[in-house]
Amino acid sequence: MLSFDILVPAVFNGLAMGAIYALVALALTLIYGVLHIINFAHGALLSMALFAAFFAFHLFGIDPYIVVFLLAPLFYAFGYALQRFIIGPVSRGDDRNMLLVTLGLAVFIENALLNVFRADTRTIDAAYAFQSVDFGFAFVVVPRIVAFFAVFVVAAALWLLLSVTDIGKAIRAVAKEKLGAELVGIDVAHIYAVTFGLGTACVAIAACLLIPTYYVNPHAGEAFVLIAFTIVVLGGMGSVLGALIGGFLIGVVESLSGLFFGESLGQIGIFLLFIFVLLVRPSGLFGARA
Amino acid sequence: MKTLALIGVVVAVLAAVPLVIHSNVALNFLIVTLLVALAGQGWNVLGGYGGQYSFGHAAFFGTGAYVTAILQVRYGVNAWVGFGLGIVGGALVGAVIGALTFRSGLRGSYFALVTLAFAEVLRIVASVAPITGAGVGTLMKLDLRPQALQFESRAVFYWVILALVAVVLVVTHLIERSRFGAWLVAVRENEDAAVALGVNAFKIKLQAMTVSAAITAAAGCFYVQYFLFVDSGIGYGTWISIEALLTPIIGGVGTLFGPLVGAIVVKSLGETAKLVTGDAPGLDLIFYGAVLILVIWLTPRGLIGGLTVLKKWYLRRLVPRRPLVSDARHG
Repeated sequence: MLSFDILVPAVFNGLAMGAIYALVALALTLIYGVLHIINFAHGALLSMALFAAFFAFHLFGIDPYIVVFLLAPLFYAFGYALQRFIIGPVSRGDDRNMLLVTLGLAVFIENALLNVFRADTRTIDAAYAFQSVDFGFAFVVVPRIVAFFAVFVVAAALWLLLSVTDIGKAIRAVAKEKLGAELVGIDVAHIYAVTFGLGTACVAIAACLLIPTYYVNPHAGEAFVLIAFTIVVLGGMGSVLGALIGGFLIGVVESLSGLFFGESLGQIGIFLLFIFVLLVRPSGLFGARA
Repeated sequence: MKTLALIGVVVAVLAAVPLVIHSNVALNFLIVTLLVALAGQGWNVLGGYGGQYSFGHAAFFGTGAYVTAILQVRYGVNAWVGFGLGIVGGALVGAVIGALTFRSGLRGSYFALVTLAFAEVLRIVASVAPITGAGVGTLMKLDLRPQALQFESRAVFYWVILALVAVVLVVTHLIERSRFGAWLVAVRENEDAAVALGVNAFKIKLQAMTVSAAITAAAGCFYVQYFLFVDSGIGYGTWISIEALLTPIIGGVGTLFGPLVGAIVVKSLGETAKLVTGDAPGLDLIFYGAVLILVIWLTPRGLIGGLTVLKKWYLRRLVPRRPLVSDARHG
């Protein structure tokens, strides 16, 4: 029987990691909810953002928590352009084509990174990376705590944007009824691109929160995003609440199964859960659509 | 009959290549091209004719390769028998995954995701299970005898893979002309309508997936006979899932010769890119990603689809159009 002293910190660390999973999943689910596509380029975009955060620190000594305010708008613009000028025009609205275009983008970006930066795994050594806070019953490193609270701030901001602003209303209108939105004069192509941009910005924020305690290589994002897919499916495609809860749940499951079964089998646990949910309840725990 | 004759001509021309080209490097390139074409032919049965886009055909390729290798190395099974059982193994994996996913009604992006996840699970299992050699992989013994399905001359290997491609061309042609093929296309075009007309979509998709998996598994079996090595990254890696879908989509999705044309174009492009800029990692894949996007943009039905459009346009310019009823009505 494992003692309480090991279990509790594992749960805490799982929750902190789960927060970042939740953020990446939030971006996926937002894009799915509006565009109805699964963005296979998500992982490649995350790798790209990790590299950007890494080099900002490595070359210019800019802290990830500061560079995030530069990277988020930059990645928003990049995501906007990707959807507006590549994914949209190339796929002409056909589902299968969208699937393939995002896959093509993923292959392209990932291997461009591989070609330029090689397969080396890099880490940054920020002064605070290993400082930990004692909660009495568990130690948690500072970056994980920052990530935990930052994700709530981002989620709240996103919620505010979607529920209060005009652009948010337009996004929700397009998600609900694309043709109707178009008829009342909403520029659907623009809204699609805005949504994709927002999702990409979330990925950039996740990268900045992740880099102090994680590593970067051209495939770093890929592994991460398969987990994000699991969360999105678990929580229900397009459900924001589902993505948040699913993120924390998976973070804890991963942390605990890593503790019990070791690293690589812990990964299998997530995939099996993923396949199981897809087969048994593809609409997820919070999803309305089958 | 016309199509069968065309297959005969194409295969005969390709079969004559080793009589002219003796360079081992060139033959190796051609063998790998045909290998990828074969994997793509498998994908094309399910993805091209059935409209079910799998992102995880590595699951079948890897199973074929591992079954062939493990049976020979660990159980001393004859290579030819191992090859056949490898195909059967791949088909079984395809049937199981197909039964599970189609039973739950997964379509489109969901189907792509779940096939990807199955391939990943198999990759992780193969990288830790003792029987696959875990992280080290499985190395086969060099035994250059025809009964061991290994040949001293690359030309013979080339003819073997060409024969496999030729058989699949004929099989695909028969599927195209059969009732099963018509049902499969009906499911692709509109599954709900097909079901409403009495097509058993589940059964049709499952059969297509089993055939598709068997063909891609054959490519895996051949891979291990030729390179004598497989590990989890090769067998179940994403590279083969991508190449298996890339070749038919670039060549012409749902067309008989699509995968073959696609493989030749894609592999030539990749090799040219390497020749021009040196052997940098990931360079060929950068090209694949770009070509994939370009082809979907310019000609969604692939190169063969593009040619058909050009041909129609050309004929329309040559042959004066007869006025049709619909034309008359619309002025």
